[in-house]
Amino acid sequence: MISSIIFSILLIGSSAFFFINVKKIRRNILLGKDISITDNKSERLKTMMLVALGQKKMFTRPVAALLHLCLYAAFVITQIELIEIVFDGITSHHRAFREVLGGFYTFMVSFIEILSVLAFIGTVGFLARRNLLKLPRLNMAELNGWAKLDANVILMMEILLICFIFMMNGADEVLYQRGDSHADNLGDGSLGLSISKHLGPLIYGGMPTAGLHVIERIGWWGHIIMVFSFLNYLPYSKHLHILLAFPNTYFSNLKAKGHFNNLFEVTDVVKPNFDPTYQSVLDPNAVIKFGVKDVTDLTWKQLLDAYSCTECGRCTSACPQNITGKALSPRKIMMDTRDRLVEVGKNIDANKGTFVDDGKSLLGDYITNEEIWACNTCNACVQECPVNIDPLSIIVGMRQQLVLEQSSAPNELNGMFTNLENNGAPWQFSPSDRANWIHEN
Amino acid sequence: MSALKVPTMQEKIANGETPDILFWVGCSGSFDDRAKKITKAIVRILNHVGANFAVLGVEESCTGDPAKRAGNEFLFQMQAMQNISILNGYDVKKIVTGCPHCFNTIKNEYPELGGKYEVIHHTELVQQLINEGKLKVEGGAYKGKKIVFHDPCYLGRANNVYEAPRDVIQKLDVELAEMKRSKANGLCCGAGGAQMFKEAEKGTKEVNVERAEEALSHNPDIIAVGCPFCNTMMTDGVKHFNKEDKTQVLDVAELIANANDL
Repeated sequence: MISSIIFSILLIGSSAFFFINVKKIRRNILLGKDISITDNKSERLKTMMLVALGQKKMFTRPVAALLHLCLYAAFVITQIELIEIVFDGITSHHRAFREVLGGFYTFMVSFIEILSVLAFIGTVGFLARRNLLKLPRLNMAELNGWAKLDANVILMMEILLICFIFMMNGADEVLYQRGDSHADNLGDGSLGLSISKHLGPLIYGGMPTAGLHVIERIGWWGHIIMVFSFLNYLPYSKHLHILLAFPNTYFSNLKAKGHFNNLFEVTDVVKPNFDPTYQSVLDPNAVIKFGVKDVTDLTWKQLLDAYSCTECGRCTSACPQNITGKALSPRKIMMDTRDRLVEVGKNIDANKGTFVDDGKSLLGDYITNEEIWACNTCNACVQECPVNIDPLSIIVGMRQQLVLEQSSAPNELNGMFTNLENNGAPWQFSPSDRANWIHEN
Repeated sequence: MSALKVPTMQEKIANGETPDILFWVGCSGSFDDRAKKITKAIVRILNHVGANFAVLGVEESCTGDPAKRAGNEFLFQMQAMQNISILNGYDVKKIVTGCPHCFNTIKNEYPELGGKYEVIHHTELVQQLINEGKLKVEGGAYKGKKIVFHDPCYLGRANNVYEAPRDVIQKLDVELAEMKRSKANGLCCGAGGAQMFKEAEKGTKEVNVERAEEALSHNPDIIAVGCPFCNTMMTDGVKHFNKEDKTQVLDVAELIANANDL
């Protein structure tokens, strides 16, 4: 009874806290400019199924993909067992579904145990890649501090979670074999759990029954407390991608990657010069800001991108400018965007719901002009991202800000603009010479 | 080699003719000495198959691509709408471009601004001509040579055209080698995003050197490209390694035109 109450308080408390944080993230994302993405629902659904659920883009790097698949499969399938644990917790039952589901129950939990072992291997593999093998993309300077700690905390939490599962199942298996488990005795000699029926006796076989009951409970409570902790760690962590990968891929750009949006604010002004019948739509007296200076100049999709990034760095490792030692890193663009957005969100929370100017902006205080001007707009980062994040659109938005609002393009580019304006070519050639090649040998 | 026949749109219309396809030459193809050779190779192919085409000549102007990638949306849209009014004035339906940047911009960004055309890259045109039997291709001097193809970002990743240039190259009976970073994973030559027109930021290496190094690691006779800017960058990269005597940088159109003495 007492345990039911404690469990229910934990369940309600952690769900409520998670819900509050989700609402904050949603509020932050909606600080972005409104755009409508309601087209091509079936193609969007297909993209989400392939890229998020099916992890299609992961498999260009098979080792990471395989390790990731182990964790991912275990995570998704384990949710089924969680239903029972929550039911048991509230009602003070023990393995309540076992009697109802019978052999299928044994199969499910056994399957989950196998996946948990694979997840353990995957997690150890990931820890090794980060901390022992020191993969370049996982050890760049931009990850120093919180980002590296965050990654390791998640992996350690996963290891702990798996250990608790095997404590719980292993001890229960031994108890069951001794006829002392709280699980319903279905007349068989063993719980039949694929891993624990071997591992349990091996580790706990020599322990007294009273001690095993304690270990089983530590495993059970440890596991569920880890689940609640994990849930509430997500909103503060890059690991939020496990949830946001789905909406983020659903709202992917479905157009050709070479298609950069045409700014309607510009079209509305330029078009009347070429089409006298065109009626401007926008209020001529309204102040229009061009390009991206701060997070609120980005669209909600670009902000969703930032929260969906798990900092894997595939984008950066494919970026021609980063490969050749330049300051630009598409991953850093996404991390900076999220960090700034979180800062703006905290500012709003601290000032009773309104943002009070803090004299800072994403471009300038987080991202430098040097990074922005280095980009080749080659789309390698967009191509690489396993959850269809688009760092390039943010970079181009910032270039628009630098050119159209701050007039601070590099001198050579200003020269190119002048040539283009005067000569219709990026170089200083006379437009009347454009067809000379026809008659040259 | 007979003299090139390059009618302008204006001439065609004056003669009461309607060209089937407009050849969009691009700034590089019009003004850059190296790129002009690519332009002429494309014309040689068009002349050889008796294509009913025209160019805009002095009426052509930059698509606005470098301005747009550099953030100057006003300049881009001014250029775009100026070009669109000329193209629509001539009632152009189909365009072939000699440059992937022009290709991408006209194909993807002009429609919203009122310019709707069927746009193909010159490697796609060559592929079509071969498939339709209008162009017979043999390897000629290139037969048996080792060629690596460098994907232009704005043809490949930007528009998913990976096979047309490879298909065409393979018709030359050559050994086509693939770099590790190719097709969707291709590495930029370093020119895109208006980098062509400015110095690179501080770093440890030039992008074109990184890419040329990768291409040269295959010890090719030819690095094939489909973009005049890639051509410049790769040529400079090959020179950086003093390999210009061993490895040539050629556009796919040049390979076809040269091999078949068009």
